[in-house]
Amino acid sequence: MAEKKNVSRRDFLKTSGIAAGALVGGGIIGGVIGANTRQDTAAPSGGEAGQNGGAETIETVRGLQFFKNQQEFAVLQQATERIFPEDDLGPGAIGLGVPFFIDHQLAGSYGENSREYMQPPFEVGETTQGYQSRLKRNELFRQGLQKMQQEAQSRFEANFVDLEGEQMDEILTAFQDNEVDMQGANARFFFRLLRQATLNGAYADPIYGGNQNMDAWRMKGFPGHRPSYINEIESEDFVEMDPHSVGDMLT
Amino acid sequence: MATTLDKVDVVTVGVGWTGGIIAAECAKEGLKVMGLERGQERSTADYSMVHDEYRYAIRYELMQDLSKETITFRNSRNQKALPMRQLGSFLLGEGLGGAGTHWNGQTWRFLPYDFEIKSMTDAKYGANKLPPEYTLQDWGITYDELEPYFDKFEKTAGISGEDKNPFWGKRSSDYPTPPMKKTPLLSKFETATSNLGYTPFMLPSANLSEAYENPDGQQIAACQYCGFCERFGCEYGAKTSPEITVVPAARATGNYDIRFGANVVEVLKEGDRVTGVRFIDTVTFEEFIQPAEVVVLTSYVMNNAKLLMVSEIGEMYDPETGQGSLGKNYAYQILPGASGFFEDQMNVFMGAGALGMTIDDFNGDAFDHSDLDFIHGGSISMTQTGSRPIASNPLPPDTPAWGADFKKASIENYTRTLSVGSQGASIPHRDNYLTLDGTYKDIYGMPLLQLTYNFTDQDRALHKYITERTSEIMQEMGAKTVVGRSPISDYDIVPYQTTHNTGGTIMGGDPATSVVNNYLQHWDMENLFVVGAGNFAHNGGYNPTGTVGALAYRCAEGVIKYSQEGGSLV
Repeated sequence: MAEKKNVSRRDFLKTSGIAAGALVGGGIIGGVIGANTRQDTAAPSGGEAGQNGGAETIETVRGLQFFKNQQEFAVLQQATERIFPEDDLGPGAIGLGVPFFIDHQLAGSYGENSREYMQPPFEVGETTQGYQSRLKRNELFRQGLQKMQQEAQSRFEANFVDLEGEQMDEILTAFQDNEVDMQGANARFFFRLLRQATLNGAYADPIYGGNQNMDAWRMKGFPGHRPSYINEIESEDFVEMDPHSVGDMLT
Repeated sequence: MATTLDKVDVVTVGVGWTGGIIAAECAKEGLKVMGLERGQERSTADYSMVHDEYRYAIRYELMQDLSKETITFRNSRNQKALPMRQLGSFLLGEGLGGAGTHWNGQTWRFLPYDFEIKSMTDAKYGANKLPPEYTLQDWGITYDELEPYFDKFEKTAGISGEDKNPFWGKRSSDYPTPPMKKTPLLSKFETATSNLGYTPFMLPSANLSEAYENPDGQQIAACQYCGFCERFGCEYGAKTSPEITVVPAARATGNYDIRFGANVVEVLKEGDRVTGVRFIDTVTFEEFIQPAEVVVLTSYVMNNAKLLMVSEIGEMYDPETGQGSLGKNYAYQILPGASGFFEDQMNVFMGAGALGMTIDDFNGDAFDHSDLDFIHGGSISMTQTGSRPIASNPLPPDTPAWGADFKKASIENYTRTLSVGSQGASIPHRDNYLTLDGTYKDIYGMPLLQLTYNFTDQDRALHKYITERTSEIMQEMGAKTVVGRSPISDYDIVPYQTTHNTGGTIMGGDPATSVVNNYLQHWDMENLFVVGAGNFAHNGGYNPTGTVGALAYRCAEGVIKYSQEGGSLV
């Protein structure tokens, strides 16, 4: 029953790199990549026909729905890439389109906390009482990314996006350890949110704009949307399958 | 000014498992039933594109909109309760089917020990086995008395299972459908637990092993093992849910209507009877009064308790004096367990919500507690529910939570990790209870329910002991690395744990210490019934729904009996 991947990892990296150039054009990512040679293979793949069992190629135009300032978005790109970097297994956050995923989420109900209890009074509680900030997620993200840039300036006198990887990690670790002052929220909470949003974008169905070409699912061995495993579940061996998006169900 | 609607025989507040069961049974008897559901209609057709982890499992598509209503929480009475602003520890459902739509389908009967836990513990270990602040009490009903209702619920739901567990109560009939497939992963658990001298058996499942027609004539399909159960609806109609069984059965009688977008805010009363409910249309915010001969509260644990409180029905529990019963004995579930990291890749993404094997050797009083500093225990299971990539990032010890090493390890171990876990019993404590919050309100202006809860010494001892047992099983299964769950300290409402909240509207044999009698009829108001996991006097070592279903059938019988005879049923 097993279906095997029809391209090798090396081929995949090569083709994803080629696909990136055509898609990104002279946009933001191109600019960031230009400023940071370490990222030159970590551009978004996507739309390459033939890798996902013959799925149609759809031209994707990328743009920002929430961020207005390209520098903030560039910080987001680099921060998420440090959390989920490109490696020999496959693309990282940037290559998977995670920053765009996060941008789009911040523009909608996730960013607006629209299904959450946001009534006052707001008080600082115990950790066990959970999120008590009056800030919406999209406000928290903007402040957090601006603080990252400020930390880069104060620690290294450079823009965050121009730092070495280890320097970016030092700043991210400072957030993780709650050592950066934020207003109306704490740095540890922001870091957790950023980390989780990065994983959401990497592994969510590609209909949300991340997990480009389902490459994160391929790395992980997750077949995505499959209607049934009734014929495979008793297999003694690991079953490799080409992934499918739930978007395939829309007829 | 509220509009008063035509009177009905029975009104239920909420249409999930309990509301659906009450409706089906009463409507079949000719009673006119109205179901008030604050969420919306939904059916199998709404789940055709449900295999979307982000939307349903991470962003909680099917869950309660907290912007309208939540609860407040604190660990102890000396803290200020603050709102649960985001869902986390447990996931409150919303809409037709309620939590019965997004459940996994693990369907148990609580043990004979559970129903008589106080008497049996005292008899065996003496009255001082636990300190007096543990407010343990019998349920006012025995397993044998409840057995016919368990049987009825399992036949309605078509439960797939096998009667091979030596520790559970006697069954009057076998499971309606055979157990699910015993996969290679489950076989690992079966072999290991057998080697250790335990008695493994297939977990009773509402994901059906084969197509089934229930006694009401409703069809349930066969499970396809797609791996999207918990937090999802089933696109096959193969996970038994109210909207494919009891709700259509009730509608088929012609005696049942459901009004959607109807948020009940008060139970109306006159003297020692209730007269109906007041609700707000969630679209127009118009106010309505639905008069009824009988009111049945069939919403979730939290809201059943809240409605009694805001309606001032019953005596509020006071943790200072121990007097009063409303809000008393809130309990949760203790979750010991162990993860194992293996060499070979496994098909962890395939599965079903109730696909598993279990041992009960450490549940209830199946093992001697004489030398242990806790009572009860928990079922220990290995389930294959379908691991999904956003939520499942297993990391061996000392792996960083992000960065290059994280990425490699989480990808490597996603298909190489199994876990054995327990549904540990939660024993009530004087300081764990529900009341109304004095500060925060819902969008209808009603106070939020306030939860005061923390883990206890009993919980910590149970957790430690059962975690050791699960680690031994995982070792025997051949894991190269075994990691037992960390000891529990303070309850934290942020990370997801379980949606097995219980208590607050407990049943019992004594009006002084319980809210409802063993027909789930309110002690103070004979035409008011309250049913759900809120009736549990403590939480047992299993998932709750099987026992909730049995109580709902018991309650339905009570409502029918009351409609014919009136008066107190006990």
